[in-house]
Amino acid sequence: MNIVHADPRGVDSGAHFMDGDHAIAEGALAAGCRFFAGYPITPSTETAERFAERAPEVGAMFIQMEDEIASIAALIGAAWGGQKAMTVTSGPGFSLMMENIGLAAMTETPIVLANVQRGGPSTGLPTLTAQQDMFQARFGSHGDYNIIALCPDSPQECFDLTVEAFNLAEAYRTPVFIMTDETVGHMHEKVVIPPADQIKVVERNLFTGPKEDFRPYRFDCQGGHPMTRAGDGYRFHVTGLTHDERGYPLMTPAQNQVVVTHLIEKINGNAEHIIRLEEDQVEGAEVVVISYGITSRIAVRAVAEARKKEIKVGSLRLITVWPFCEQRIRELAGQVRAIVVAEINYGQMVREVERCAAGRCQVVSVNHCGGAVHDPEVITKAIEEACR
Amino acid sequence: MTATVIKFYQTGTHTVGNRLLDPSQRSVQADMRRTNSLNSGHRACQGCGEALGARYAIDAAMQACDNQLIAANATGCLEVFSTPYPETSWQIPWIHSLFGNTAAVATGIAAALRVKGRSEVRVVAQGGDGGTTDIGFGCLSGMFERNDDVLYICYDNEAYMNTGVQRSSATPGAARTATTPAVGPAPGNVFGQGKSLPLIAMAHEIPYVATAIVSELRDLEAKVRRAMEIRGARYIHVFVPCPLGWGTRSDQTIAIARLAKETGIFPVIEAEHGELTAVSKIRKQRPVEDYLKPQRRFAHLFSPAVNTAAIAQIQALADRNIRRFGLVDAAAAAGAE
Repeated sequence: MNIVHADPRGVDSGAHFMDGDHAIAEGALAAGCRFFAGYPITPSTETAERFAERAPEVGAMFIQMEDEIASIAALIGAAWGGQKAMTVTSGPGFSLMMENIGLAAMTETPIVLANVQRGGPSTGLPTLTAQQDMFQARFGSHGDYNIIALCPDSPQECFDLTVEAFNLAEAYRTPVFIMTDETVGHMHEKVVIPPADQIKVVERNLFTGPKEDFRPYRFDCQGGHPMTRAGDGYRFHVTGLTHDERGYPLMTPAQNQVVVTHLIEKINGNAEHIIRLEEDQVEGAEVVVISYGITSRIAVRAVAEARKKEIKVGSLRLITVWPFCEQRIRELAGQVRAIVVAEINYGQMVREVERCAAGRCQVVSVNHCGGAVHDPEVITKAIEEACR
Repeated sequence: MTATVIKFYQTGTHTVGNRLLDPSQRSVQADMRRTNSLNSGHRACQGCGEALGARYAIDAAMQACDNQLIAANATGCLEVFSTPYPETSWQIPWIHSLFGNTAAVATGIAAALRVKGRSEVRVVAQGGDGGTTDIGFGCLSGMFERNDDVLYICYDNEAYMNTGVQRSSATPGAARTATTPAVGPAPGNVFGQGKSLPLIAMAHEIPYVATAIVSELRDLEAKVRRAMEIRGARYIHVFVPCPLGWGTRSDQTIAIARLAKETGIFPVIEAEHGELTAVSKIRKQRPVEDYLKPQRRFAHLFSPAVNTAAIAQIQALADRNIRRFGLVDAAAAAGAE
C-alpha cells in the first residue's frame, strides 16, 4: 500500500467550528479528492457547496450534475480517469444511485459517497434525521456484491472518517460509504484538522510494468490490485458484465462464481483490518449497548444513567458498520446477558446482531422511525429491563 | 336640494382583471367563480413569482376544463410552500411525485383517464426549472415524444431555490448561486451552451409550446386557455423571478419579469407543432444592465469593477434572442433611430 502524507494544498489545518457536512468536504480535500460531482438534496447540500467554494483554491473540480444518477456515474468516469472522487446525497438521491453503485462495485472502482441520512421512505422527512438506509447501503443494488460503510458520530469524525473512507476505497478498490445523518451533518462542533504531514493518505496503486502484462483485475479475494488511468498508455476494458482478469466479458456460471466471491471476500476476508469499533467497559458487562452515528451520542448518557444504578453495562459503537463485526458479536453473545441495539429505524442493524448472537444472549431492539434522536431514558429503561 | 356631480374615475389594470370589461375579456381572477386552486395562506416568500404564476395558470386551466383537473407536481419550492398542513393550499386533486418523474406520473394519470373513457378530466404537470430541465428532463422528453395528453407547466426561477439556491441548467451565465460562487477569474455560473427547454419542446414538434412571464398575466392566462383547447403534449414555460434567490426586492418581482422581456433576455413566444406562431414584441428595448443591476446575484458584475466582458456576453445572448425571434419590430426599431 502506497501511504503518503496529505497534499498540503487540500488541508485547511487548524481548529474550526464547523458542521458535519462541511467537515466531510474538508476531509475529502485532505484525502486528495480533487473531483466532486453532486446534486442538491437536503440535508447534504452543504458538503457540495463547501467543496464548490474550496475547489478553485485547491485546484479541484466541482461539477453540479443534472441528477444523482449522473453524479455517481461521473465519479466512476473520474476514478478511471485517475482522480479520487466523491459525491454526497441523501435518501431519494441514494436510491437513484443504486444501479451505478453496483457498477462501481463490479468494476472495482474506488469512489466515496456520503449519505447524510434523512427520514424515509420516499421524500419522507427531508430536514429530519434517520438511520434508515443502513441495509440499503449494503444491499441496495441488485446482485451479490460488497461495500464498506463508516458511521461518524461527530463533525470531527466526519472529517476523520472521510479521510479513512478514501484510504479504504483505494486499498480495496471499492465504493465506500459515509453513512452519516442529518443531526451530525448539521451539528456544529469543534473540528481539528491536523497538519498535512500528520494525515496519512493511501495513494492509488497504479500499474507500472510492461504494457502486455497489465490486467485490470485479479480475482484473488484481496483488494488493491493495481489500476491504470485513462491516458497512461495501458489498454483496459471495463464492463459491468461478468468479466475475466483482462476485463473482457466472460459470461459463464463459473466466472460469476469467481467474480462475486472475489468482490465479497476481498472485504469480508479483510474485515479484521477494516473494522473499527469503540468499546467502553465491555469486559465483564452484563449488558452491552450497541449503537452508531448520532445514536451513540445519546447512548453515552443512557449508559451513564444505568451505571449510576449499578448495572454492569458496556457500550460498543460501530464506527465501521459494513463489513459487520460478526466475530466480535459472536464473542460477546457468549459473555453477556443481553445486547441492546439502539438505532433510528424500524430495526435494521439489530438483525445482524441477532444473526450473530444466534440465540446465545437476549437481543433487545430499541428503535423508532425517522425524525428524532432517542430519549436517553428509553435506552436506559431497555438496559434495566434486560438485566431483570 | 342641490345635486353634486361626482366625477367617476375608472380604476383597475389589465393585470388584475378589470370587472368593467366584457366578461370574455376579463381575467379569470376577476371571475367570482374562480376556483382559487392554489389558495391563500401558503408559505411562499413575499414577492414569489412562482406562487403568482401558478395561481393564474391553474385557475385558468380549471376554468378551461370546467374544473375537471388533476395536477402532478414535482419536488421543489411550489410543492414545499403549498403543501404542509395546515398551510395546504391546493383545492384540486393533486399528487406530489418525486423530483424527476412528474411528466411520467402525469402520463400515467392521463392514460388511466383514457382507459376509463373520462376524456373530460384533464391533467396538468408542474415543476420548477431543476425538476424540468435537469432531473426530470428524460421523463419530460418521453412525454413529448409519445404526445401524451398532458399540459406541463415549468415555473422557471433559474436555480434550485428550495434547497438553498444552487445552480440548475436554467441558471444564466455569471449568476451567483451557492454552488457557483462569485470567485475566481470567471465568477458566478459558467456560460454554458444554454438549455432552452421551449426550443427543445419545439424540436419534439408537440402540438403547443409557449413561454410567459408573470408581468403579463393575461397573456399567461390566454396561453393556458389555448393549451387547454388542444389535446396531446403541451408545454408552457413561465419565467418567475425569485426575490430570495436572485437578491431582488420583493416588490420588484413584476418589474424584473418585465425587464427580462424588454431586454430580450427572456423571449415570450408561442409555437404549434414545432413552428413559431407568435412572439410578444418588445415595446421599449432596454439594455441588459437595467435587468442585471437590481439583482444581487449579478452584483459582482458591477462591483468593485464593472465586468464589461460578462455584461457584453449577456447582451449578446439577448441580442441573439431578439434576432432569432424577431422580438423588435423593424418599423419600431427604425423609428427609434
